[in-house]
Order: sequence, then structure tokens, then C-alpha cells
Amino acid sequence: MPARGPEPQPRGAIIRGNRPIDQQEAARRFMDAPEHLAMHDQRLWDLRKKRDGQKEIIEEWEDLRQLASDIKTHTLTHLDTYLEQFEKNAIANGVRIHWAKDAAEHNSIVAGILRSKNARSLIKSKSMLTEECGFREAMAHEGITVVETDLGERIQQLDNENPSHVVVPAVHKLRTDVAEVFAKTIGSDPNNSDVSYLTEQQREHTRPLILKADAGMTGCNFAVAETGSVVVCTNEGNADLSANTTGLHIVSMGIEKIIPNLNSLAVFVRMLSRSALGSPITQYTSHFRGPRRGAEMHIVIVDNGRTDRLGLEKFWTSLKCIRCGACMNTCPVFRRSGGLSYGATYAGPIGLIIDPTFNRHKYSTLPFSSTMNGSCTNVCPVKINIHEQIADWRQVLAENHEIPAFKKSMMKAAGALLASPKLYRASLPMADSALRHLPRFVLYNRLNTWTRGREMPHVPKETFHQWYKRTRGVDGKKK
Amino acid sequence: MRVGLFVPCYVDAFHPEVGQATLELLERFGCEVEYPFDQTCCGQPMTNSGCHKESKATEELFVRNFKDYDYIVAPSGSCVNHIRNNFDAVAQTDDVKHVRARTYELVEFLHDVLKVDGFPWAEFPHKVTLHNNCNALRGLNIASMTELRAEKFSKPRDLLGMVKGLELVDITRPDECCGFGGTFSVFEEATSARMGQDKARDQAKSGAEYVTSSDSSCMMHQEGCAKRLGLPTKYIHISQILNGERV
Amino acid sequence: MSSTDSRAAIFAAIRANRPNIQPPLPEVPLFDEKAPSDLVTAFSEMLVKMGGKVLDPQGQDPVSALRAAVAGQGIIATCVPELHGDASLQIRQILPEMDPHSLADVEIGVVRAAFGVAETGSLCLTDDGLIVNTSGYLPQHLIVLLDPSQIVANLHNAYRRPELSTHRYAVFQTGPSATADIEGVLIHGAQGVRSLRVLFCPKQG
Repeated sequence: MPARGPEPQPRGAIIRGNRPIDQQEAARRFMDAPEHLAMHDQRLWDLRKKRDGQKEIIEEWEDLRQLASDIKTHTLTHLDTYLEQFEKNAIANGVRIHWAKDAAEHNSIVAGILRSKNARSLIKSKSMLTEECGFREAMAHEGITVVETDLGERIQQLDNENPSHVVVPAVHKLRTDVAEVFAKTIGSDPNNSDVSYLTEQQREHTRPLILKADAGMTGCNFAVAETGSVVVCTNEGNADLSANTTGLHIVSMGIEKIIPNLNSLAVFVRMLSRSALGSPITQYTSHFRGPRRGAEMHIVIVDNGRTDRLGLEKFWTSLKCIRCGACMNTCPVFRRSGGLSYGATYAGPIGLIIDPTFNRHKYSTLPFSSTMNGSCTNVCPVKINIHEQIADWRQVLAENHEIPAFKKSMMKAAGALLASPKLYRASLPMADSALRHLPRFVLYNRLNTWTRGREMPHVPKETFHQWYKRTRGVDGKKK
Repeated sequence: MRVGLFVPCYVDAFHPEVGQATLELLERFGCEVEYPFDQTCCGQPMTNSGCHKESKATEELFVRNFKDYDYIVAPSGSCVNHIRNNFDAVAQTDDVKHVRARTYELVEFLHDVLKVDGFPWAEFPHKVTLHNNCNALRGLNIASMTELRAEKFSKPRDLLGMVKGLELVDITRPDECCGFGGTFSVFEEATSARMGQDKARDQAKSGAEYVTSSDSSCMMHQEGCAKRLGLPTKYIHISQILNGERV
Repeated sequence: MSSTDSRAAIFAAIRANRPNIQPPLPEVPLFDEKAPSDLVTAFSEMLVKMGGKVLDPQGQDPVSALRAAVAGQGIIATCVPELHGDASLQIRQILPEMDPHSLADVEIGVVRAAFGVAETGSLCLTDDGLIVNTSGYLPQHLIVLLDPSQIVANLHNAYRRPELSTHRYAVFQTGPSATADIEGVLIHGAQGVRSLRVLFCPKQG
């Protein structure tokens, strides 16, 4: 038998312009790759279990969740006040502040800052906001070389793929996938997929790039209004290297990252890594309050749809999200389908409720990629009612004609049928006709899919209704 | 105490024995149980699909059928969760409020309202693992949840603990959704079936002969997955065990 | 649109869209009623859990132990007075005007933490203690001196310390640089330091 190579990595959702994402199609391909599926599910479930362990250690866990949620509620309802306070303090600390309405403006501001310093190369730490902004692509057009310094993000950059998870961007890859990417891009041994080896290869390859970079960029986990500082959490120390090695530090910050003060910050720092990875804190929690001597620090504060989201009555609390990824780790659908199957910047439960705010049509299918089991809501450190918002999105999408017509007409028919006892009973044949073999809502489903992975339920001789009528009669008295 | 028995559509069609056991069990405890003949469904399938407005007429029918009872009991957590927590396509009249407040899932009705202290007729000398439907768990709080830091409790375990000979065993991911998810089970068939198969394997690995749950819908899906995988696990609704069914 | 126009547009949108409720900012308690009485032990245990080590003086005084630990290890970068004046060591004195890149060839950095946090095993390093910030990241290994009297119980206490609102840069460093980005396998030394040791040593003067 010929030697079989490693299992190829399943790729993410197929993007067809503005057409709705077919998450299920990509999920099916992911589930058809047993090694990837097993590792992905187990790895993320491990994170969930570690998170549970931390929750048991911290007696005040539920109090902290409530505090975190309440602090965010307060801040989001006073967002203008705190942003003004933050700006004032940051400027006083010597930081330059820029405001960007959208992704394009963010990218053009950063390009402008880099041009003004003749900077051609940029090292950066992971930032979901820059992913939202299509930042690397935009910089490529400007002739600026961008090097991601987070290992997972670097793997994804070298593989031309988006991060599949907000905290562990390459969690959908096996070590053999990484060996293949590194062999092609940084010249490592294609046959060596030892994790220490791969990590070391990346360190050795990235370090010279860090040392010769012209500028550094970081994201922002929290921005503290009281002190004007930005806080970045990493495990690798790569944000500190990116910020401290060059003479120019640019911070990319969403308006919702603001929190009032350091006492509030303590609550979030205690929750973030415990929720994300089940570790008490990230190895590096870095507070940047102003530029180093002789260096420059810029903060680009970005809206990119956030103020619109703030105005959505049922969905504004999604802005509380601190990007810990706990909802992804616990989500049984996410664990089995991989983050790239969602075809959007934000995957998993939080993605289902954020993505449609960016593009209601393209992401109209995503809120249906959930069983609405509620585990995401329970692990959320800021208590976003994620599964309820998923249900609310389904409603909004159905009312705005963003669900397939056949589904809508099917539900209309079901609604009419179930509202009429006569029609309903008449639709239930007495004998073992085909209709009796499937649950009610499937009766009207032309995609008869139940039996692909499951056996049909056994069909009894009579319904409960018939049994009751036969044995008790319509008056309910035992015969 | 006049109790209206609600038998959800899939129980009616596929598991009439669950309706029968529920009815008998409630009668054993002295409830005056009636089964309103014009009942159909609670409206959940439409709401679950986002077509909330389409469930209005069904919700109205439900209220007409059940408004005159002291309590409404159903052997299904997900339907009860819909009625208690999402039943708002219909205008919130006093009748609607009454129905929403008085509808109970069977386990919580036995545990919280009837406060039963035994099932002397019941004996089930088997290894059993319990599956809590996600809506019953996280919507109705029939047990403590592994995600939250809270005192541990479980109403179904309390009840099963009163059954002679029954031995409860645990699976490795007790709170994990089995992937049924209502319309999810057909529209997102591949993920749904995979989740169900993983759940069935976990259950089989626990050494349980039987899986029990207060929800037939999850079990219908799990049983279908277990059969497809050729696993020997059997599935039985909690009402049947508590009603003293011998197998 | 200029950044100023965008600023105005963003603030206008916030004011138009923000939910019309006025909940207060909650008070955050210290949650330290049950803090361990022995903070040094609690800190050390967490440090080890997070991949760090305690440098045991093994009967020597801490300064001799420190000198022994760095002897023969290549270039040592430091600004702590504990290592001053030992000609047998390859000491590079960290000075404020140094280029951050000049620490790239350093084997061991030796710095002093402002304080420690028992809850997480974290060390607070500030720009004052690092002198050049990269001294915490570019060396291959890091040894941190910590005054055992300067350990707070938890992060709530840590954020009430003055360092976080007075320094331009402060980091809670907890163990060495780490990653588990490939299949969840934990590797120390992803981009920052490969190892981190803490030496309990009261601050002189």
C-alpha cells in the first residue's frame, strides 16, 4: 500500500460575493476530516474544562461576571463621556489620537502615519479589529510589509487564511498542516512536525523581522478612560516586542474597548484569560500609558459599525464582548465545524450575533447555525444573552425576507396547519403512510435529510390522541 | 387540582407511551387530568425558525385549550420553555399570562408542585444515564449547570433516586447539547447528526444500558444516531421509569 | 473625511444611538477577605504554575546566589545595583539612552519588579525598573528581583497601586513567554523570554 500523507486541512466556507454563506457545506467538509475534527473538538473542549476549573477556584466568579456586565452596561450607555475622558488623558500623556469612522479610514490613517515616518515594515500583534478592517491587504497595496508576531496569527498569515478563532487563530490546523505551511514559507523541514521545532523555527524566523521593522502595531483589549492607557494581553510577549522595539507604536482600538477606570480593569483582567484559556492571567498584561522617551505613540479609535450596533435595541449588548472566545470553545457546533466555516471575521456564537450587523444578507444564514442550547450565554464573562440574541436575529431575518422563501412558506403552512385541530388531525394519516415516519416539522421539508446520519424513529400503531379517544373517549372517562 | 395534559406533537405521533405514562403517573398522585382534544402544538417550530408571527394562531389555540386548568403539564422541557419564556407572538392577556405561569414540565411539576416523596410502584434495576434537554436545563433550570458556579442540584436525579434498583452513571460531557435543536436537526443535518452520534458514543461508553430524559425529542434524535452506529443503548422517557414500567 | 469630521460623526452617532438608560458604575470590592496570610508562598506557587521558577539562594545570601546564577552565562544586561562591580561577569549596564535593539544579543536580563501579585504569580515591571523596555523581552532569559514585602493579594489590590497610573509603561509579567497555538501544546519562549526566575531580595536602601 502506498504511504498515506497527512490528512489535508479542510478549508473554510466558499465565499461567493455577497451570496449568503453556506456554513453547513463548509462544516460538512470539516467533519469529513476525522483527524482535524477530533483534535479541534478535543482541544477546545479542554479549554472549556480548564475554564470550568478556574470558575471553581474563584469563589466570587458569578459576582465578577455580574460586575463585568454592569460595568459594560454603564460604560456603553456613557460611551461619549468616557471616550472624551480617555482622549483628553491620552493626549496629556503625549499620545496622538485619530478617529476613524470605518475600516477604510482606519487603514488610510495608519498608512498616513507610516508614510510620514518613512516606515515600510510593520510588526504587529493580533487584533480582531484589524482583521475586520482587511488591514494587511490594504497595507500590501500601500507597499508596506506587515509581519504578524503572534504564532497562531503568523501561521494564518503565511497560509493566506483568516484566523478561525479569536484567541487561538490556528486551532483548526494540525501540526502537520503547520509543518507544510512553514516548509513552503519559512523554509523549515517539511517532514518535521514536532511542535517545539515548529515554534522555534517561527521564533528564529520572526526575530530578525522584529529587529529591523520600522514600526510596531498592537490591538487593544481595554482602554482605561481614567488613565488614558491601553491594555494589551498576550501570552507570547509579542505585543510588548511590537510596541517597544521600534520608535513608533500604533494602537488599533474599537470604541467599545473603553472602560472607566483601573478598578474596573481588575475585573476584566481577572475574567479574560480564565474564560479564554482557563489560565489565571495571560503571561503578559501590558499597560501603555504614553510613548517611550524619544518614541511616538498613536491610537486610532475606530467605529466601523459599532455606533450602529449601539442603536439596535435587542443587540447592542453584544458590544460588551471582550473577545475571550469562551462561547466558541463551549459551542458544540463551532467545535465540530471549525471557525472558518462561518466565512466571517467573527465565528461561533458571538459571530452569529455580530456578523449580521456588518452585512445582513451575506450573514443571514449564520444565526441558524446554532441549536440555541444556551451554553454560550452561561460561559460569557460579561453575560451577553447570546443564545437569545441568536433567536432574535432569526426573527429579524425572517421578517426582513432574509431566510429562504421555501423555509418561510413552509413555516407559514405549518403555522396554519397547527392552528387548526381539524386540518392538523386530517394531515395525520391513520395508517403507516410515509408522512407518519417523520417529525411534524419535517413533513413540509423537501430536504428530507433526517436519515442521512440517523435512523428513523419507530412508528407506533396509534397516536396518543387515538389511544386516548379509544380508551377514555372524548369525555376523558376511563372506558 | 385540575391538570390539563399537553402532549406535544412528536410525542403524540411517535411516543404515545410517554403520554400514557405521564397521564397515569399524574393520576397516581391524585390529579384530575384532562386531555383537551383540540390541542396541536405550542408554536415552537415556527418561532425556532424565526417565523415568530406564524406561531401566533397556534399559540392562541393553545391558550383556548388550556386556559381553564389550574396547571398544564407536558412531558417535554423544550415545549414548556417555549410557553414559559418565548410565548409572545400572542397578545399577553390574563389568560395567556395564566397559561404561561402555570405550564410545567413533568419533572418540575412532580418535584416542585406535587413535591412527591416516592414512587413505591417503580423499580428499574438498570444502569441509567440522564440526559437533560438544553431548554429544560438552561431555560427551566431543572438542574444546576456545569458552566455556572452554583450549588449542585438536579430535580430529575432527585426523582430517579427514589426508584428502586436504578443506578445512575455519568457521561464525560453531561451538559453538551446533543444536536437536535428542533429545526436544526433537518436544516443543519450534518452537524446535528455528528453531535448526536458523539452524544450516543459518550452515553454508550458510560456503561449505561438506558438513557433517560424528560424530553422525547432529544432522545428520538439520539436513539436514531445510536441505532445508526449500532450501539446497544436503549432510550426511555423518565415518565415511564417513574410510572413503574418494567422492561 | 478628516479625522476631526470623523470624530464629530462618531460622537453624534453615539449620542443618537446610545440606549436611554442611566445605570450607575458599580463599586468593585477588593475580594480579599480570604486572601492567604503567607503571600510569598501563595505567589511562589502561582509563579510555578505559570511556568516561572523561584531562584533558591540555597543558604547563600540572595546577591551571591544571583551572581552564581548568571556567572558564565554570556551577556547579562541589568540595571540593578546588586550586580554592580563584579568584573568577572559580562555585565551590560542598561542605560536610558540605549537603543532598544541593542539588547538583542543578551542572554539573561536581570531587572527588579515593582511588586508581585499572589493571585496570579504576576510581576509588575515598569519602565523605571526596565530602563529600556525591551530588556524585559529581547533577552533569552529573565531573572526578576522581587522584594517579598511587595506582594499584594490579588489584582484588585494590584490595580490600586500607584504604578499603573503613573508609569508610561507597566506590564504584569507572569512566567515566561508562552504559546499553545499549535495543537494546544505548551511551549515556553514563543517570542519573549524562554525562562523566568524570581529571586526574593529586599530592595536596598
